Amino acid sequence: MVGAPAPALVRDIVWNLRLPRVVIAGAVGTGLAVAGCVLQGVFRNPMADPGVLGVSAGAGLGAVIAIYAGLGVRSLWSLPGIAFAGALLTAATVYGLATRAGRTPVLTLLLAGIAVGSLLTSAIGLVMILAHEVQIQTMLLWLMGGFDGETWQQVAVAVPVILAGSAASLLFARELNILATGEESARGVGVPVEWTKRALLALCALVTAAGVSVSGTIGFVGLLVPHMLRLIVGPDHRGLLPASAVGGAAFLILADLGARLVIRPAEISVGVITSFLGVPFFLYLLRRQRGGMGL
Amino acid sequence: MSAEALRVAQGVWVRGLRLSAGGREILRGVDLEAAPGELVGLVGPNGAGKTTLLRALAGYLPADAGEVRVAGADPRRLRARNLGRLLAQVPQVATLDLDFSCLEVVLMGRYAHLRPLQRQEGPGDLAAARSALAAAGLREREADPVAVLSGGERQLLLLARALAQDASVLLLDEPTANLDLRHRLAALDLVRGSVALGMTAVAAVHDLELAARYCDRIVLLAGGTVLAAGRPEAVLTPAAIARAFGVTVSTFPDPMTGAIRLSVLGRAES
Repeated sequence: MVGAPAPALVRDIVWNLRLPRVVIAGAVGTGLAVAGCVLQGVFRNPMADPGVLGVSAGAGLGAVIAIYAGLGVRSLWSLPGIAFAGALLTAATVYGLATRAGRTPVLTLLLAGIAVGSLLTSAIGLVMILAHEVQIQTMLLWLMGGFDGETWQQVAVAVPVILAGSAASLLFARELNILATGEESARGVGVPVEWTKRALLALCALVTAAGVSVSGTIGFVGLLVPHMLRLIVGPDHRGLLPASAVGGAAFLILADLGARLVIRPAEISVGVITSFLGVPFFLYLLRRQRGGMGL
Repeated sequence: MSAEALRVAQGVWVRGLRLSAGGREILRGVDLEAAPGELVGLVGPNGAGKTTLLRALAGYLPADAGEVRVAGADPRRLRARNLGRLLAQVPQVATLDLDFSCLEVVLMGRYAHLRPLQRQEGPGDLAAARSALAAAGLREREADPVAVLSGGERQLLLLARALAQDASVLLLDEPTANLDLRHRLAALDLVRGSVALGMTAVAAVHDLELAARYCDRIVLLAGGTVLAAGRPEAVLTPAAIARAFGVTVSTFPDPMTGAIRLSVLGRAES
């Protein structure tokens, strides 16, 4: 550090480097946590997270292809655009594969998502084998996820999509509560089950795609935050979804802060921080599930 | 209004229903009628088409041919929410290992009566849910999480949820399966109580003696067709039971209740 920096420089750093980063981290945290909470409800499975539709793997493949093709990492319409397209395309494929005669059984959807996701993960590996060493470095950094180098331009494109999608998901709180009792049971009281699932899956795919396309794949926020909050505010989605929105934002902003500060002046990828917190929690859930894990 | 017209307008009315699933014809021309104030039991062996018929009544399965009317409407043509105001269902399976309270689960039955996006149920919804809980004998459990209820109590709770729905038609799929004696009677008494208030109820029932005692009329299904329909003592004859179930029985009136009782003698020659 060289004395006190000029006020103009400080303003520039805060306004143009730090602030967009915090805004994106918060929005992505909101989006991932809300999507995770919604998907856990739709799948009636506590292990569901925003990755189950293959969205993250699709975005990842889009990103490594963009990097391999030499497209600018931070130019808005190249890498994030291709990652976004890859994410949505994957979600649509998974949904299409799992749908038959207008019905989408959640177990089929889950398996199709896992299958397509692992195929795409292999494809990512394949692209990386072909890639140049410098490119591989960039790919790995992207795949691990992070918020460095976010710009206001990215905020302007991604944040409204994420927040609008998350807000729309909140409108389905009652349907999610009733779906917890089972689809046949929800249909019995008049819930339009297939329509509700379709709307919610589309919103989750959109929110997750917008998030991962600007920040890379950040694991476990969508799994961890809804579960922590379920323990605190209970299973009612009318409270749980807003709590996840706020909690997800706070969690990722803090994790990003940790990523910048833990080994200063170097920076750990925020995906590493969230996974180091997330994996032990995931294992704890796994141990608990045998005793009957409610949603 | 003639009795026939009343059945079509308010009850359940099915004519010539054919329905296949997975390339197999499950219902081969089924007629069914249930009028307001009537509990109709669907009986028959496994695979006879009882559950499929109930699903068709709920508009969940498309018919190949024939007509289905529930409270005067074709359930396939109604929006789920509108159907939910006409038709309540007690599902065969529901997940109730949840942290929701009993009152919250019964309030879910009010879904079809809420405006879209309405956040909180109104006093009318709460009153309907509380009175349904009371009718099911679960008034004191209202604040308990549903996860702590016994199997019998859960079934009564699902019945209460269906009654809170304030529909004119009630469909039940095996409402007494896996229940002990006391809860079986409690569940069917609850259904009879609603039927006495003018509801139309159609229930798939495995236990023939229970069906004979509680149902006004019985429809005996086998192989996707109706073998017999009418008053229990007219339908549950040794000949019809032998044809439908492949067992030899002898029937007699219960000395205490007068309802049909069965003595199962063995499997019939096939």
